[in-house]
Amino acid sequence: MKEFDPLIFLVVFQEMLGPLLWLLILLAVGGTLAFLSLLIKEKGIVARRLVRAELAGLGGGVLALILMAKVSSSGFTDAGGPADWFLIALVFGMGLIGSAIVVYSFLGWRTLVKR
Amino acid sequence: MTEQREKEFAAILKLPGVGRRNFLRLGAAGTGALLLPATAARATDKLASKARIVIAGAGAAGLAAASRLAEQLDGASITLVDGRKEHFYQPGYTLIGAGLKPASYVVSTTAEYVPNGVDWIEERVAEFDPEGNKVVTESGKAIPYDFLLVATGLKLDYAAIPGMDVAQIGKNGLGSVYHSAAAAEATWRSMSDFADKGGIGLFLRPGTEMKCAGAPLKYTFITDDYLRRRGNRGKAELVYNANNKALFSVPIVSEKVRMLFDDRKVKVNYERILESIDLGKRIAVFKTPIGPVEHPYDFINVIPPMRAPDAVRNSPLPWQEGGWAKDGWIEVDKHSLRHKRFDNVFAVGDVAGVPKGKTAASVKWQVPVAVDHLLASIAGKESNSVYNGYTSCPLITRLGQAMLVEFDYKDNLVPSFPGVIAPLEELWITWVMKTMALKPTYLSMLRGRA
Repeated sequence: MKEFDPLIFLVVFQEMLGPLLWLLILLAVGGTLAFLSLLIKEKGIVARRLVRAELAGLGGGVLALILMAKVSSSGFTDAGGPADWFLIALVFGMGLIGSAIVVYSFLGWRTLVKR
Repeated sequence: MTEQREKEFAAILKLPGVGRRNFLRLGAAGTGALLLPATAARATDKLASKARIVIAGAGAAGLAAASRLAEQLDGASITLVDGRKEHFYQPGYTLIGAGLKPASYVVSTTAEYVPNGVDWIEERVAEFDPEGNKVVTESGKAIPYDFLLVATGLKLDYAAIPGMDVAQIGKNGLGSVYHSAAAAEATWRSMSDFADKGGIGLFLRPGTEMKCAGAPLKYTFITDDYLRRRGNRGKAELVYNANNKALFSVPIVSEKVRMLFDDRKVKVNYERILESIDLGKRIAVFKTPIGPVEHPYDFINVIPPMRAPDAVRNSPLPWQEGGWAKDGWIEVDKHSLRHKRFDNVFAVGDVAGVPKGKTAASVKWQVPVAVDHLLASIAGKESNSVYNGYTSCPLITRLGQAMLVEFDYKDNLVPSFPGVIAPLEELWITWVMKTMALKPTYLSMLRGRA
């Protein structure tokens, strides 16, 4: 590895996830855009909806951990040190935040469209 | 870029959870901006040359080298010579032997990695003629070269063990993970059967240099774990036979493994090398300082002696004296991988006669160095690229945990994540790397992209 090349990230994750990578990127980008535009349109956060989205996010975090365990042929009970707990928290957290944002945007836009 | 930075970056790539999510975050924020400079840098200065480069062997090292050369040269003739149509992802064999992946996990085709603009002659090299600057294939075709890169890999010398029959792998307690994907799967059946019944499990490593010296240890740990999970550890005796006075070539790792074996009640014998085997009676005979010792077994994981392929051994390329001469490893400078006697010849991967590094991780670090020296020669310059012996081994210590052992020629530990992933700690994160991130990184390496 002679030169710093961020493309390598893309390549490795492409090998790892295949088409799922593009789906995840699409979901992340789409979810973020939908969330941001919703914030602008509503001029703020709807607390009630946020709480519901965060509840759904808990499920998303668990789902992310299950996916991780399945793909790596192991379980989080195998955690042996701080780095492991960090990874578990990270996976859970990203699953939580990701799905909370998507759910929040989905609920928000559904209400707006219905109106 | 400093070596340290490079290492850190290489390390990040091995960390799937963090990396993927970081990447997604980047993807949302500014992937485009990040990618642009890299793409621009990539397109610049290809080296124009009419050089004829022959790469003997299209395994991990040969393909990775071909990809890098094709990317960096314009007008050169690059020829891969290898008769094998399948490609095997060898770091996956242990996972097959552990019953976690099917045999198909490691099998793909050479064709899908041969880069554009590279010729592939589907024959084995039968003769190396470095004085005449040519190789001769099995069918007698002579291929002249200006530069030769030898990446033939090595030969598993099962024939050197009297009584051994590879057709019997998977039967009567005989296992051998190294032989092939199918044999690794057959070994899993034998081992699983043993884990159900108990008895004596024998583990060993050969007296020669070998690829991935951690693999025999991993399989011992995995067998121990299966016995425990099935409640049969009390019915089994596990014995690990080391070829010399250590369990691993790096002293600090050897000590750690000794402690772990002690903890798991794995008995260790030192200075024992498998000499012959009676598959019917299930008796292994070991060469020891006190003469041959017989050892009965109910399960054995045979790892054969490893040597350079015959075509290399019978050529002028190997070391002419010292411990490596007998097995035919190629005489290269350990830092540049350039042949010590033939200036236009390089060796990378398993066949290279260097003190450490017969792993995919070493290939990843060797190939760019050898390629850099080769390109410098074409350009009439000097290269200051150095291979420091970097090797990495995600040493599985039980299902779900591994130690990320990384070291160099000096037996120094060179952790990629100092302070985060301790090299001698049994961690899930290391296991996750082994099972999730290693294969994608490996495949990217074949394509010259990592």
